[in-house]
Amino acid sequence: MAIPVNSSQSPILSLNGIVKTFPGVKALSSVSLDLYAGQVTALIGENGAGKSTLVKVLTGIYQPNSGTISIDGQVVSLATPTHAARAGVTAIHQETVLFDELTVAENIFIGHAPRTRFKLVDWRAMNRNAAALLEQIGASIKPTSLLRDLGIANKHLVAIARALSIDARVVIMDEPTAALSYKEIEELYLLVEQLKADGKAILFISHKFDEIFHIADRYSVFRDGELVDDGMIADTSSATLVKKMVGRSVGSIYPSRTNELGETILRVEGFSHATEFDDINFSVKKGEILGFYGLVGAGRSECMHSLFGVTRPSAGKLTVSGKSVTLKSPADAIAHGLVYVPEDRGQQGAITGLSIVDNIALPSMKATSNKGFVRMAQEYALARDYTQRLELKAAALDQLVGELSGGNQQKVVIAKWLATKPAIIILDEPTKGIDIGSKAAVHLFMSELASQGLAIIMVSSEIPEIIGMADRVIVMREGRQVAEIESESVSPELLVSAAAGIAEAGTA
Amino acid sequence: MSSTDTKQGTSIPDRLRSPFTRAITSWEFLLLCVAILIFFLNVQASPYFLDPWNLSDATFNFTEKAMIAFAMALVIISGEIDLSVASIIALVSTCMGFLVQLGVDTPALVAAAILVGAACGAFNGVLVAGLGLPSIVVTIGTLSLFRGIAYIVLGDKAYSGYPESFAFFGQGYVWWVITFEMVLFAVVALLFYVLLHRTSFGRSTIAIGNNPTAALFAGIRVARVKFFLFVLTGIMSAVAAVCLTSRLGSTRPSIAAGWELEIVTMVVLGGVNILGGAGTIPGVVIAAIVMGMVTFGLGLLNVPGIVMSIFIGLLLIGVIALPIIIRRARQRVGS
Repeated sequence: MAIPVNSSQSPILSLNGIVKTFPGVKALSSVSLDLYAGQVTALIGENGAGKSTLVKVLTGIYQPNSGTISIDGQVVSLATPTHAARAGVTAIHQETVLFDELTVAENIFIGHAPRTRFKLVDWRAMNRNAAALLEQIGASIKPTSLLRDLGIANKHLVAIARALSIDARVVIMDEPTAALSYKEIEELYLLVEQLKADGKAILFISHKFDEIFHIADRYSVFRDGELVDDGMIADTSSATLVKKMVGRSVGSIYPSRTNELGETILRVEGFSHATEFDDINFSVKKGEILGFYGLVGAGRSECMHSLFGVTRPSAGKLTVSGKSVTLKSPADAIAHGLVYVPEDRGQQGAITGLSIVDNIALPSMKATSNKGFVRMAQEYALARDYTQRLELKAAALDQLVGELSGGNQQKVVIAKWLATKPAIIILDEPTKGIDIGSKAAVHLFMSELASQGLAIIMVSSEIPEIIGMADRVIVMREGRQVAEIESESVSPELLVSAAAGIAEAGTA
Repeated sequence: MSSTDTKQGTSIPDRLRSPFTRAITSWEFLLLCVAILIFFLNVQASPYFLDPWNLSDATFNFTEKAMIAFAMALVIISGEIDLSVASIIALVSTCMGFLVQLGVDTPALVAAAILVGAACGAFNGVLVAGLGLPSIVVTIGTLSLFRGIAYIVLGDKAYSGYPESFAFFGQGYVWWVITFEMVLFAVVALLFYVLLHRTSFGRSTIAIGNNPTAALFAGIRVARVKFFLFVLTGIMSAVAAVCLTSRLGSTRPSIAAGWELEIVTMVVLGGVNILGGAGTIPGVVIAAIVMGMVTFGLGLLNVPGIVMSIFIGLLLIGVIALPIIIRRARQRVGS
């Protein structure tokens, strides 16, 4: 165990020998973790390392099979989320768990709203307090606006205000920057500094190393449900952490590729939507990786949804393999060899209540079935093949996808689309929220697919990924296509300025 | 990039538990035990229960309802519900009665029944799948609408005078004590088993019930599947209407009143998740037999109808609550 900054300081929260098992999987085996006031502890680990399980134990969603949780040296039981909140533990999740149809103030104070003497909700006090909290964190949000009208970054701010309102002492941030743009991340950093100054203990979960070194004081590395190392950030390097995290050293993150580009397979002309995007023009060749960069909300996903036939475009022409087509539904798109791996894997990608094999076989049912009758042997063969190629970690192929970790769920989602043997694949934020090891595997797989002649459209908000993977980049801003950049001339500055709409002052 | 093959390319086993352990820990197995228990209770309760002709009579308690329950199971698995089924029976029966007055014979009667049932189902289907309205509201509406039409046509009168050949569907015996309805029940059960568990269509239905958005993204034509499920339920209601009308020999507008409740109970008792996404046909078959035996057993003991209705209500609440309570208890224990 490492020595705290101030050795007289004792941890606010301590986990001791926590064990949590699920059927067929030991998610946490005898894990210990200490969180100190005014310090940020980074929780690092690959997908399936047990990070999410630990968060659920801390917030009272899961009960550990054994081990103790103590706060200020007192052993406590976090039997329900309410108990956890009362004990001063709060979590800000990857995908915020707030109420879209309630106001900002209601979201902040739900469960502990100020009351009038008739025990009714004191709306004026609630809105006043909410405004004060929001001002404290420098958020310009009206307490009376509905949550659904806010962007994802502002929703995070509301979640943080909520954490402050319950006077939390331990704040868990589960990949808070995953959905944020560059500028929003900077603002989040300031907030974290403020929480630190207020003496909160912060558990910060992230896959981004620059972020961890920027913000964290200490670290804990998890691998396969075990704590492999912990200590002070100042005493380590990212290379050491990566090595501990994956149990081996990872070389260059992006595979080098020299591709022969084939003929143009998809051409999009004048593609427009009533509200989301306007006049998009591009084409993709076989073997090419076309990047789509932009800030969150630039209309990239919306454009891809229309391409895939989920929403109707208002105008535009699509040409697939030289033939003009209209795609009225995803079924049409799949039939033409165009598939889309959605960004929101929980809602649009995976069917968490079904097994791995059912998920993978679903879009390929035409191929695995015979005259409408399913053939289980074919389905299992398909699932076995693709799960092996993507190095999926699971107890069995009939395990429910909902029981897998985020990164493994993403592998199932990618597998199910690849199994349809598409000609064009759209990957929307393919490595969002997955760890370095899985990321590298996905990138390597992408370049393999491209070299096999698949046309890839990759929507990504991560600049290194865009620069490392794409042959050509299209930048979108506010629903419009604002730049098209070849890989030789692409640079982070160019991407950021195009996406943010900053006039270039003669640079590059 | 250094190769990733240092990570052992382990293959994942196909199944976590053997089909046998899966079977004996299933809801269906529990239900089967309950069925056997009720059978012996009935044997104890009444000396007349074991009489073959008595048992044969007992099957009428569930065969017609179960035929609709199979289609209803698919609708509920897809995340929807159809509460208009009993009213479809009333409308279909009324149409047949009307045609009988015009001198139409059996084959055309049956054809007309199926057509009217399919049309009623298609009407529900267009509103739910086409316009995207919530099925619970739509089918409460058509529950009133379809039976309302029957009341307007019939008032307090009744149609009778069905042709003699028509009587076979509800009163005919295929061999010894085996009725035509029993055979039809078995055939329909088998067809629905294949449809749900062995076809792409069944897979699509389960996927839609689990997550309609992800199903749509996976290339399933969600609206089309749902539309077809409502048409199928309409057709099965018509089949049940033919059997019931034939058995009663007459049509009143109050025919099959309240059946939708019993059919939904049967489906949920069979282990179909009321929230959609999961369920099996064998479960519904056993549930149908359980409910038929319970009703018949209570009848032999001269329990009045109102008590049976209370029993059905309690059963419905119980079977919805039980799996949820069990799941929570399991979570408490952890693993």
